[in-house]
Amino acid sequence: MKIHIKNGRMIDPASKTDKPLDLFIAAGRIVGIGNAPANFEASSVLDASGCIVCPGLVDLAARLREPGFEYKATLESEMAAAAAGGVTRLACPPDTDPVLDEPGLVEMLSHRARLPEFAHVHPVGALTTQLEGQALTEMAELSEAGCVAFGQANRAIVDTQVLLRAMMYAATFGFPVWLQAQDPFLSRKGVAHDGEVAARLGLAGIPVAAETIAIATLLHLVRETGVRLHLRRISSAAGLEMIVAARAAGIDVSCEVTINHLHLTDRDIGFFNAHARLDPPLRSQSDRDALREGLASGAINALISDHTPVDDDAKQTPFEEAEAGATGLELLLPLTLKWALEMKLPLVTALARITSDPARILGVKAGSLALGVAADICIFDPAAEFLVSRENLKSQGKNTPFLGQHLPGRVRYTLIDGHLAFDGTLN
Amino acid sequence: MRDKQNPQLNRNGELTHLLSIEGLPREILTRILDTAAPFSEVSEREVKKVPLLRGKSVFNLFFENSTRTRTTFEIAAKRLSADVINLNINTSSANKGETLLDTADNLAAMQADMFIVRHASSGAPHLIAQHLGVAGHDHIHVINAGDGRHAHPTQGLLDMYTIRHYKKNFTQLSVAIVGDVLHSRVARSQIHALTTLGVPDLRVIAPKTLLPTGIERLGVKVFNDMREGLRGVDVVMMLRLQSERMQGALLPSTQEFFKSYGLTPDKLALAKPDAIVMHPGPMNRGVEIDSAVADGGQAVILPQVTFGIAVRMAVMAMLAGST
Repeated sequence: MKIHIKNGRMIDPASKTDKPLDLFIAAGRIVGIGNAPANFEASSVLDASGCIVCPGLVDLAARLREPGFEYKATLESEMAAAAAGGVTRLACPPDTDPVLDEPGLVEMLSHRARLPEFAHVHPVGALTTQLEGQALTEMAELSEAGCVAFGQANRAIVDTQVLLRAMMYAATFGFPVWLQAQDPFLSRKGVAHDGEVAARLGLAGIPVAAETIAIATLLHLVRETGVRLHLRRISSAAGLEMIVAARAAGIDVSCEVTINHLHLTDRDIGFFNAHARLDPPLRSQSDRDALREGLASGAINALISDHTPVDDDAKQTPFEEAEAGATGLELLLPLTLKWALEMKLPLVTALARITSDPARILGVKAGSLALGVAADICIFDPAAEFLVSRENLKSQGKNTPFLGQHLPGRVRYTLIDGHLAFDGTLN
Repeated sequence: MRDKQNPQLNRNGELTHLLSIEGLPREILTRILDTAAPFSEVSEREVKKVPLLRGKSVFNLFFENSTRTRTTFEIAAKRLSADVINLNINTSSANKGETLLDTADNLAAMQADMFIVRHASSGAPHLIAQHLGVAGHDHIHVINAGDGRHAHPTQGLLDMYTIRHYKKNFTQLSVAIVGDVLHSRVARSQIHALTTLGVPDLRVIAPKTLLPTGIERLGVKVFNDMREGLRGVDVVMMLRLQSERMQGALLPSTQEFFKSYGLTPDKLALAKPDAIVMHPGPMNRGVEIDSAVADGGQAVILPQVTFGIAVRMAVMAMLAGST
């Protein structure tokens, strides 16, 4: 299959390219940029007039809910959502049922996910068995089975001795650890940012100190162990400040923010809107503003969907009983564009946070448009709007605080290894 | 974003549910208090009934036990001639896995006219009210009888009725709320009611462990020293201290709490000589309040209970009269 993508505006953050260029694809790879290679005869031509052609999006956190939670979502439903969202590569957290703590489970998931129209899936292995924070997993075996990193989803390792050893062991093999910084005691029973909104609504609060204390612990242990640390789902200005200071002191650490925390604050809980029940909690406006600036400057390395499909029954409960999380694969691109518009950022910078930058954290050669690379491509119309509605979302999870909103940007085509995984012109 | 409009008012700004005092305009609060006045007289008659809710079904949906609150709602509904059905749901279907909204749907199908909801989770009555609207049962009115730490609006209103009875003008008062504000839905409703009615000097008195972060943003002055906080106030509103607060490192002991934050005659002497003392009940004598104060001449704790019935009658009558 030879594909000619014509009349598009190509943006490749890795090479800082932003200009009208056609792309030529053969055997799943990019074989021509601007000019067709000799004797290229396209079997298919994709018209990208008015569209931006960029690398397929790389999402560092998308829960696919398999195995174990098929009533919330299935691989099929969420891969359709990924393709519709322009996401061609994603990392999935280990909090499935059973937990991704055995090589066989990881192999099975990778095998199930190996369909041409499916995004590339990189499982994050459990750092401790059952995510219980007690015993180490077989990280070397898990790595061979395909795990790109090790983490705990949103479960903390309470015992710092175990945490230290887990980081030492991972560092032995050069495996990165991806951890969410949240003190388990200060966040116990909490469901909202500890501030005025929680005080008004009578919700148990989680103070910013829950994040900063955990970041301090993790940074100290990075210094001890030399492990490669990626901090997940940063939520506070104070937390980000610590990360920036640590880097200045020579500690190599990366971090990410979710699309929800980039746009929303605890005020968006409104009158107990369970869709705004998230982990970590939405924080104050000054936190949100610092995260937006930090992502723009590159202090925050990646923007993630933190895709978490939740069934209606688990959301149609009082706020504090609702399961945390929001669907996100189809909102990653629109919310990146919305942020870029509001911050007046060049698209080449904004798109880097969902393509080349997260690919670097994943440690895979992806997230760019260059001769010879796999043709993972997202083609979107930046002028079209996406109405976030139950009907429009392909994900089985219809849970998002953005329901009812019109967001900028619609994916027209998604290619994975040169295979047309999504065709928005058919809708 | 969704859910931002006040869900207890209809398009004409009339009260259609009573979920929280926050966001209600002063006119509505005043109208409820005005409406309650004649109902106080009904309760003093030989035949304590008026036919305003005749033929209506009022369901007491108590997902958390409270004999006292349930009884006052039951009496109020019966004095309005309604049929009252009491359901203690923590002992029935919730244990069998029925969801909150399934329960609401089932009772709606029994032609309910009003739900009185008590629930351990903040926001549960909002969820039910919102769901009834979506499910086409918007003729059913929801009254929040206490949800988690969030609100207990009829308690807040009966407290306002009591204050108005003894003190007349809200705009000249100093009021102190004392005790476990952190866990108290009563305190939150009182704070919103008092600020809406124009109380210029509103204080909360508690140790730091029993105050929510950001409470001063609700329009109160925070005092950690009870003696300082009580100086010159017209109204002292005590809160109940649950015994489980000794767990979780919030307080060392009830004795120490009483010593620092219990209302004793000598501390009360710092308030104005004609200050009134209120308590939402049930009281813990010797924990948050000394018996000499609870039984003393400045306490208006039993009148609060009496007024509570009139205020609840007023709320039900107003809701039933709205469209």
